[in-house]
Amino acid sequence: MNQLDQLESIGVRILREAYSNFKNLCMLWSIGKDSTVLLWLARKAFYGHVPFPLVHIDTHFKIPEMIEYRDRLTREWNLPMVYGENSEALAAGQTYPDGNVDRLTCCRLLKAEALKNTLNGNWKRYRFNHGTDRYELDDNKDLYTGVIVGVRADEEGSRSKERYFSPRDKENIWDVGDQPPEFWNQFKTDFAPGSHVRIHPLLDWTETNIWEYIEREKIPTVSLYYNQGSGERYRSLGCGPCTHSVQSEARNVSEIISELKTGKFANIAERSGRAQDKEDGGGLETLRRDGYM
Amino acid sequence: MQREQMNIVFTGHVDHGKSTVVGRLLADTGSLPEGKLEQIRRDCEKNSKPFEYAFLLDALKDEQSQGITIDAARVFFNSDKRDYIIIDAPGHIEFLKNMITGAARAEAAFLVIDADEGIQENSRRHGYLLAMLGISQVCVIVNKMDLVGYNQQVYKRIVRKFSRFLKSINLPKVKFVPVSGREGDHIYHRMDRMPWWEGATVLELLDQFKKSESLERLPLRMPVTDIYKFTNFADSRRIIAGTAETGSFKEGDELIFYPSGKKSRVKSIESFNTQTVTEVSAGKATGITLEEQIYLSRGALACRVDEMPPRVGNCLMVSLFWLGREPLVAGKEYLLKTGTSKVRCQLTEISKIIDASSLDAQDRKNQVDRHDVAECILTLQKVIAFDLVMDLPQTSRFVLVDGYEIAGGGIIREVVEGRQSEYGDRLIRRNLEWENGIVTELDRMQQYQQRPALILVTGVLNGGNKQFAEQLEKKLFSLDKTVYYLGYRSLKYGLDADLRNGFQNRHNQMIREEHIRRISEISHIMMDAGLFFIVKIDALTYEERDLIQLLIGSSRLKTIWVGRDITTDLVPDWHIRHPENTADHLEEVDQIMTEWELLGDIK
Repeated sequence: MNQLDQLESIGVRILREAYSNFKNLCMLWSIGKDSTVLLWLARKAFYGHVPFPLVHIDTHFKIPEMIEYRDRLTREWNLPMVYGENSEALAAGQTYPDGNVDRLTCCRLLKAEALKNTLNGNWKRYRFNHGTDRYELDDNKDLYTGVIVGVRADEEGSRSKERYFSPRDKENIWDVGDQPPEFWNQFKTDFAPGSHVRIHPLLDWTETNIWEYIEREKIPTVSLYYNQGSGERYRSLGCGPCTHSVQSEARNVSEIISELKTGKFANIAERSGRAQDKEDGGGLETLRRDGYM
Repeated sequence: MQREQMNIVFTGHVDHGKSTVVGRLLADTGSLPEGKLEQIRRDCEKNSKPFEYAFLLDALKDEQSQGITIDAARVFFNSDKRDYIIIDAPGHIEFLKNMITGAARAEAAFLVIDADEGIQENSRRHGYLLAMLGISQVCVIVNKMDLVGYNQQVYKRIVRKFSRFLKSINLPKVKFVPVSGREGDHIYHRMDRMPWWEGATVLELLDQFKKSESLERLPLRMPVTDIYKFTNFADSRRIIAGTAETGSFKEGDELIFYPSGKKSRVKSIESFNTQTVTEVSAGKATGITLEEQIYLSRGALACRVDEMPPRVGNCLMVSLFWLGREPLVAGKEYLLKTGTSKVRCQLTEISKIIDASSLDAQDRKNQVDRHDVAECILTLQKVIAFDLVMDLPQTSRFVLVDGYEIAGGGIIREVVEGRQSEYGDRLIRRNLEWENGIVTELDRMQQYQQRPALILVTGVLNGGNKQFAEQLEKKLFSLDKTVYYLGYRSLKYGLDADLRNGFQNRHNQMIREEHIRRISEISHIMMDAGLFFIVKIDALTYEERDLIQLLIGSSRLKTIWVGRDITTDLVPDWHIRHPENTADHLEEVDQIMTEWELLGDIK
């Protein structure tokens, strides 16, 4: 087995462990390249099916192509798609683009808070009805006890310390100093009522691995990742106002791979285009302790 | 071309300089992202603290403020030869579970010892744990040579002393290297401060590690993860999913599933978005369909009929390390997880507790405390399949769950022979020799839409359990379930006619045990016929329940205690406190059967 086969097998094994051990399981799909690889791994693990809901947190500031792509794949692959949002903060204009709060607060409200309350079923969830071709209010209000997430250890410091199966308490808090042991493919699958476990099948993947796998498997990705003539592309996708494109000539997957391996990005961190990471020394770590992805 | 990848762990006592060595390795080989080194230097200047290479790794705020590594970080590093994931494991005793987590996913290890401070408690403990975790490739880095004036004698003393220790724990071929992480000697660069050293640098030693021996050549061991049948998507395949831990198989091979001993041939190897796959080997997460549809569930161990069989038993002699806040004690129930099986167990006996820091056996203790390493005997509630560490280390490994937490782990050394093991052997023999008809167990389950089960109705003599059992049969029958009730007198004057005293004679344990064995064998047949089988048995005990479970070879055994007080140590699955309100209880039957997962979609 080569490296990609190995990474794929570990990912599939973890997804299957999660599916066998958790009654209320879901997978977060941010539409970005990592969580799309994760979705693909789920189709590998379950032979074309995705036997648990895909949850998207809609901040309403995502770049429009992302939402179009989400709904296109939902239809084509017959995906069980669910989204949630912080409708209160959005209605009150408590957002960075509205000029009322700073970037980190905006992330906390639109992402971390929305995520927490969508996962625990306190806030409304909307599910795609393949019969009517529309999103409709989801009757299911159960807490998701297992939440599959596409974070990678190489993204930033706090993610490098993650477990494959990482528990969150009732308040969604990650106790980074006291994580469960993991060895010999045995993971934490028993948990106290009210808590949930985040599951991370992509921890060992690097950004380059992700693109190599996308190339090998021919996985469709959002067009924003590619230079379409402007000399710019997105290296990492997030909300429009806080994620910036990078200058790059890469027009397709194989050009991205050579850019990462030997080209201009060989030594530049991926999230350098994300403004919220720079707000305070450990900004992302603080957000992540409180439940951010 | 895909490059080779390898996971390496750095271990050792707290403050002996693991993070510094790794940070130095990254910096000297030019492996850091642009600006990272400068950023850390600036931060240090701003906070008026001296720059340290360790800050490149200790990313967490707590770690930087306390100057220690709390959790294992993954660091991606590429040499000319291959790609590495370097795991920087914490050295502080408090974080031993994080060290083990980090080390367990490594193929090789560096153990760092401070030349000035010498061999410390965790230097030995980590060495011992590496050996137990199955990591045989280890290199020792004698760090901080700058603090001892690059003195060769100091280095030699540590090598001599530590080699002796490593030999005693079966790690005889360990290499050593003297370095200074702070000054950068022998990490990547050779410097002239230790002219007496002609050996390899850390980077060279790293590249000298060999990829693990191929697991493919060992006997096949594939724990069954799950059975997939996505009928609601009109997919008719019944796929047995699993990851091969060792060995290999191909289409057409005959597999045997332990502990039940059921056999079938591989019909196809399933895959998604690939060309047809006809062969699977170790490490591959896969799925197969079988020629003969046998009923399987998570926890079974797939092996090849033409290879060494695994062991089967429920009483195990093990070596384990304990990480739980609460000690491991006898009389408490834990869960043992190995492969994909998960079974209740208890600590039966502690043979010895080893002080991992000195490796002396301690005085007899009656509990295993946090961070202890011990040899003990565990008794499991049912037989499972596994291997002994000397035969196949991969499938000898287990963890123990206390409450919600993984609190320990270890390796299985021996099967302890006992009555249950004897029954276990007979059980396998029976299943191997069992003559199946053309209609299979699975066919029946799908037709009846029920998972056959043994329902034991118990309670005190004449306490209403007979009446409840009868009503339960009637209720299930009215729900269109295929069910049969066997009363005590039917047994006594039929199958048990040769057992003189009847089983109510509690003085005659042999007779009671034989009675239970017979009930179990009948139950096995009735379950094979696809039935819900209800048996009334008075004053059932915990131990008896376990024996029945063992003999029917299935976990689909449910107990119902009828009557206000439970007079034995049994913990029933359902307690009917007021038998006079039988009708009310029967209302719940459908719901309870669903909760017990006896009804519903049969895959």
